[in-house]
Amino acid sequence: MVKVTIDGKTATVPEGITVLDAAKRLHITIPTLCHHPKLSPFGGCRLCLVEIKGVPRPVTSCTTPVADGMEATTTSPNLENLRRTVLELVLSDHPNDCMVCERAGDCTLQELAYSYGIRENRFEGERRTYAKRDGNPFIERDMEKCIMCGRCVKVCEEVEGVGAIDFAYRGFKSKICPPFERDLDCEFCGQCVAVCPTGALTGKLWKQKGRQKDVREVETTCGYCGCGCNLTLHVKGNEVTRVDSKAETLNEGWLCVKGRFGYSFIGSTERLTTPLIRREGKLEPASWDEALDYVAGRLKGIKEEHGSDALAGLSSARCTNEENYLFQKLIRAAIGTNNVDHCARY
Amino acid sequence: MNQSEENKKKVIVRVCIGTGGLAAGGKEVIEAFKKAIADFCVDIDLDFTCHYQKVGCRGFCARDVLVDVVDGDTSVTYQGIKPDIAKRIVEEHLIKGEPVKEWLIDDSYHAFHAKQLKILLKDCGTIDPEDIHAYVKVGGYDAIKKILSSMIPEDVIAEIKASGIRGRGGAGFPTGVKWEACRKAPGDVKYIVCNADEGDPGAFMDRSIIEGNPHSVIEGMMIAAYAVGSNLGYVYIRAEYPAAVDRLKLAMAQAHEMGYLGNNLFGSGFSFDLRIKLGAGAFVCGEETALIASIEGERGMPRAKPPFPVQKGLWGKPTVINNVETLSNIPYIIRNGAAWYSSIGTEKSKGTKVFALTGKVKNTGLIEVPMGIRLGEIIYDIGGGIIGDKKFKAVQTGGPSGGCIPAELLDTPVDYESLGRVGSIIGSGGMVVLDETNCMVNIAKFFLEFTQAESCGKCVPCRIGTKRLLEILDRITKGLGREGDIELLEGLCAGVKSASLCGLGQTAPNPILSTLKYFRSEYETHIREKKCPAKVCKDLLTYSIIDAACTGCGACKRACPAGAISGEKKKPHRIDPEMCIKCGACFDTCKFASVDRE
Amino acid sequence: MAGLATVFGSGAMTNSIPEIVNNDLIFVIGSNTTETHPIIGLKMKKAFRKGAKLIVADPRRIDLVRFADLWLRQKPGTDVALLNSMMHVILRESLEDNEFIANHAEGFEQFRASLAEFTPEVGEKITGVPKAKIREAAVLYANAERAAIYYTMGMTQHTHGTDNVFSIANLALMTGNLGRESVGVNPLRGQNNVQGASDMACAPDVLPGYQKVDALQVRERFEKEWGVVLPGKAGLTATEMTEAALNGSLKAMYIMGENPVLSDPDMRHTVKALKNLEFLVVQDIFLTETAALADVVLPASSFAEKDGTFTNTERRVQRVRKVLTPPGDAREDSWIIAEISKRLGYEMKYHAMEDVMQEIGRLWPAMAGISYSRIEKRGLQWPCPTSDHPGTPYLFKGGFPRGKGRFTTVPYRPSAELPDGEYPFLLSTGRQLFQYHTGTMTRKTSAIEAIAGGRPYVEIHPDDAARLHIADGQKITVSSRRGSIEIAARITERPLEGMVFIPFHFTEAAANVLTNTALDPVCKIPEFKVCAVKIEVS
Repeated sequence: MVKVTIDGKTATVPEGITVLDAAKRLHITIPTLCHHPKLSPFGGCRLCLVEIKGVPRPVTSCTTPVADGMEATTTSPNLENLRRTVLELVLSDHPNDCMVCERAGDCTLQELAYSYGIRENRFEGERRTYAKRDGNPFIERDMEKCIMCGRCVKVCEEVEGVGAIDFAYRGFKSKICPPFERDLDCEFCGQCVAVCPTGALTGKLWKQKGRQKDVREVETTCGYCGCGCNLTLHVKGNEVTRVDSKAETLNEGWLCVKGRFGYSFIGSTERLTTPLIRREGKLEPASWDEALDYVAGRLKGIKEEHGSDALAGLSSARCTNEENYLFQKLIRAAIGTNNVDHCARY
Repeated sequence: MNQSEENKKKVIVRVCIGTGGLAAGGKEVIEAFKKAIADFCVDIDLDFTCHYQKVGCRGFCARDVLVDVVDGDTSVTYQGIKPDIAKRIVEEHLIKGEPVKEWLIDDSYHAFHAKQLKILLKDCGTIDPEDIHAYVKVGGYDAIKKILSSMIPEDVIAEIKASGIRGRGGAGFPTGVKWEACRKAPGDVKYIVCNADEGDPGAFMDRSIIEGNPHSVIEGMMIAAYAVGSNLGYVYIRAEYPAAVDRLKLAMAQAHEMGYLGNNLFGSGFSFDLRIKLGAGAFVCGEETALIASIEGERGMPRAKPPFPVQKGLWGKPTVINNVETLSNIPYIIRNGAAWYSSIGTEKSKGTKVFALTGKVKNTGLIEVPMGIRLGEIIYDIGGGIIGDKKFKAVQTGGPSGGCIPAELLDTPVDYESLGRVGSIIGSGGMVVLDETNCMVNIAKFFLEFTQAESCGKCVPCRIGTKRLLEILDRITKGLGREGDIELLEGLCAGVKSASLCGLGQTAPNPILSTLKYFRSEYETHIREKKCPAKVCKDLLTYSIIDAACTGCGACKRACPAGAISGEKKKPHRIDPEMCIKCGACFDTCKFASVDRE
Repeated sequence: MAGLATVFGSGAMTNSIPEIVNNDLIFVIGSNTTETHPIIGLKMKKAFRKGAKLIVADPRRIDLVRFADLWLRQKPGTDVALLNSMMHVILRESLEDNEFIANHAEGFEQFRASLAEFTPEVGEKITGVPKAKIREAAVLYANAERAAIYYTMGMTQHTHGTDNVFSIANLALMTGNLGRESVGVNPLRGQNNVQGASDMACAPDVLPGYQKVDALQVRERFEKEWGVVLPGKAGLTATEMTEAALNGSLKAMYIMGENPVLSDPDMRHTVKALKNLEFLVVQDIFLTETAALADVVLPASSFAEKDGTFTNTERRVQRVRKVLTPPGDAREDSWIIAEISKRLGYEMKYHAMEDVMQEIGRLWPAMAGISYSRIEKRGLQWPCPTSDHPGTPYLFKGGFPRGKGRFTTVPYRPSAELPDGEYPFLLSTGRQLFQYHTGTMTRKTSAIEAIAGGRPYVEIHPDDAARLHIADGQKITVSSRRGSIEIAARITERPLEGMVFIPFHFTEAAANVLTNTALDPVCKIPEFKVCAVKIEVS
């Protein structure tokens, strides 16, 4: 443990943590843009600069480890001036079309521009323009909005282990892209979308489906594989418009392509919407009473004629515990046989 | 070769094929000599055999190709040799024994060398860089042998600290202190990296040292490795230096063969080996953390410090990164002692420094001078003054990270502190002399174009900040500068300087800041009067014909690529300003100075 | 799962997902984890970055191989030989944990003798894995501090699937790699609620909580709670139901949320069986291949349209929440079940879904401590017997439910149907990342269809493709003794030479037209991973 003083507040913190983390423990907020708590430090945006006593120039708090006796200052006219300059520079190369941006209201850059009250920009100049859009069905890559924070590159490499994208080119023309600027061809886990602090990476599926303020967020559990990832369903009206996951969940907010993007089957027009009964060889719509009476009647008749063991039930590993419990209870208690199984043994 | 051939005397023709020599046609000169000898052989039985040595840079590039003819104990040096002169030298000098006077070096050659002090470059250009024995003959590898037999690592570090040598890559960090930090850093595996990623425009001293004396670098690395406790070194060298890479590979192979690289060197138990890593020519890879990333196979992007490479460097292990010139100094320091080395130079800057002297100076080339020499001495005594005896305006040192120093500061001694005080740096050793025809706004713009293009893109101030600086400079040179632009430049320069991640961004504003400091009025004239005092910025120029002086010869009319000049023969011509593209062809063509450029 | 239950007295992952990152050795056998369990795959990758060693045993060059320190490329169906010879090495080099064996296991001496014949040389001959690698794997695993084994269907979907699981259990017992944090044996469950469906006893021989139906005391407790007399004879497994339908002894089936036509082996056989029923009810959200054969189809609800719980692969009971109303006249499955039950004269009375959970808790102590209010934010892992119990991240701390773990002698038996002159290729089936199971959900998700839909493929080794003059993407015919399909060739070095692989998600070229119905004798799982096929260029 080491003793550090930040903005006059002193605390004892574990060795090896960064000044930014130490500040967090002291409830001191330092603005950041490229920093992500689950990824290795980058130090590119320069917003989290702090002054350290005895160090001639400001250093990034997200990369600088604490040292015993360190005294740091997180705000000063000079630091705020630098932060404002950095933000103005970022915004001078940004479309600033928040009115139509998918991330409006949920964008770190927008928040910072708001809190620093940046309207006029001293550094207006050329902006990067990219005509090409990516053809994949999941991830919208609007690279004009990319601030080069590198979070997507790191999450793809450090968390997903895929490395589908990286930095390319130099200087003002630097950009993040797949090899040879081809369309994205990856696992489409969407982790990059989840960590992007601006509107550069968004989901194509939730484009124009509604602003966050109109959306209800409900926590649930993924219905695909056995990992049991915690999902947040974004619901507008009677439609799931988007799926993501919170950082503090079991799955740390990470999802796979199915969990994140595989939800539109719920609203598929091919869903069964009415009971069907086979009549003269064809399945035809029927009312619930009709269908249920018919099912119960036939099951009862077969049981009476051939005994309970002539009936069987096959349940689903996709249904809930409660449904499975009720299903086997139905087979055992109402029909009277142990002929019940599920295909999960495969 | 028959018996009689072997008994003949040997004449050595030594040709510079360093950076300048190669550019001036060094290889063609050798071929011309070979052809001349062969042609003469047909008719005459020559009483000598001719041997050719391709040597590294000899410094005086303005006089390339430099050729030595060594006949026994006498050595004669020729300058400015072109292939067609080879035949005359063979015939008159080699065969008849009469040196060709008109191509012999003259007083200016001696003046060029008088104020230099050559330590590193002493052997460059004389020894055969492709022969390890040539290096051994001049004391090579004595230093490492001495250390392994009589010094513990701590002694070596103490010796280097006592010598006072500081890093020659630009920042001037004391080398011994760096080694000591690495020595003390915990860890079994440590690395030595030689930074041969010379990227400053116009700088070629590192390349010249490797091409001319590669073993001095290898020996320097061995000593460093022994001092810090490393067994593996990397040379990070740009792929655009194929000759240097080949020399280095050959030198390494020979060192291996001699048992100077590998396991248990000289029976001491100390092992050291080297690997070469080719860089792809990104300027930023000269920055040590970006260089480490590049060796590790990542994109060359700088990483935040701390931790410093001496704590966590290559592959996360303690690593010393030294520049070529620094490492090349090490064997000489060990051989001659710290006291000798620290007797050269100033109080805080010891030893010599190699500079690439270029620009509007008469004697361009690679020079090695003792620290503390005055700028004026370099420019006027070594450099021979300004070409065409134009007016000296400024000297730019330190490349894209450096600044411009004006005439009134020519007395400034060349050392780390003094140059820093006047707003520039020693840097890796670029030195560009500017005269009255150089526009300082344009010079700043040139360097910003370079840094902007070479920015790695990682941090905002450098990626976007240098772009905006460049845009402002660009509009000033185009006559679109606004009131307040100078203040905007100053403010943004300050921001980029203190907020950037690495040295590239932190120093990128220096060319602007120093020109603003010393040549502010030039900026003001561009902005307020829309004029370029040096008459360089095309958009600010107007060309017109002075009727009184024009003879109506029509030369300008023929030279104009835009068809903007009209006029009858023997009558004053006129330039249509609408059509004029301001190329200056008329101005250059007119023999009567009747074209006015404003 | 029968295998693990026999050995330890409980059949589930012994450890939890968050423990993976602290493994110092991960042994993945028969699991394409990054594609079938992507998020568990991420935890493994995190462990590698922290320095864990990884051993992958798989006949295919799966994605995990990129991260592996050691890749054992055994021939399909030879896992027992591989594991036995690893254990042979462990004994030969005295790397077993004798203290653990003495205190926590039985049957070791007899078992030790059975390994004598499995020298690494024999192992190499059977599996094709070089003996040096067998030894290296054995030493790495035996010497690790925190070693865990992960496996899935690549182990179990064999006629000797239970044997495979026994072998894994033997390996863990022998080295004492059980009963500690980040140390254990972990079958990864393939579907979101396989664990739950098993726990809830949608199984013919047990009542909820793995309580045997043939135990009178158990039945009495359930009879009291449910108010009926319960049958005491074990019923039919799913595969046995197919046979019973074919032979006419089974007359009616009620299938909820399953699609056996596509998921069961030998599709023609399955269709024939279902058609032979007098009455078939299918309850699903789409008109699946199975529903299309039904007499009555009941429209059900998706996971977003109902309240309840799922139990994930690490035994964690988590909430599922209703956020939408089902489309049209579709209903929640629980409502449908209750309505049918009522009409059969057995009324199920629950005020809310949580009442069902409470009833489960009354009947199965391991879940007694779990209530909806406790799992509001984060799920709990059973066993969780009381309302203040924190749940159980890893099993067997201090001992096994059945007392001592049992060593099981496992002889090597080849797969039921191996390549021969007529059917020279070995077919293995499985999943791919973008699709899920029979595609009921993913294939109705347009974005996923756009990237990975409607393009069934068979992976074939480049050397085989060259020999048969097959070009990448070319349509070829793959046939077995059961049937044949037309499918595009994907030339890749992922499968071994002489082996082909088909993902089973695609109805238009269903892998299960080809697969063999041969079953594991204990748990009746079909051999999806090995059958013999031939390839013809159409």
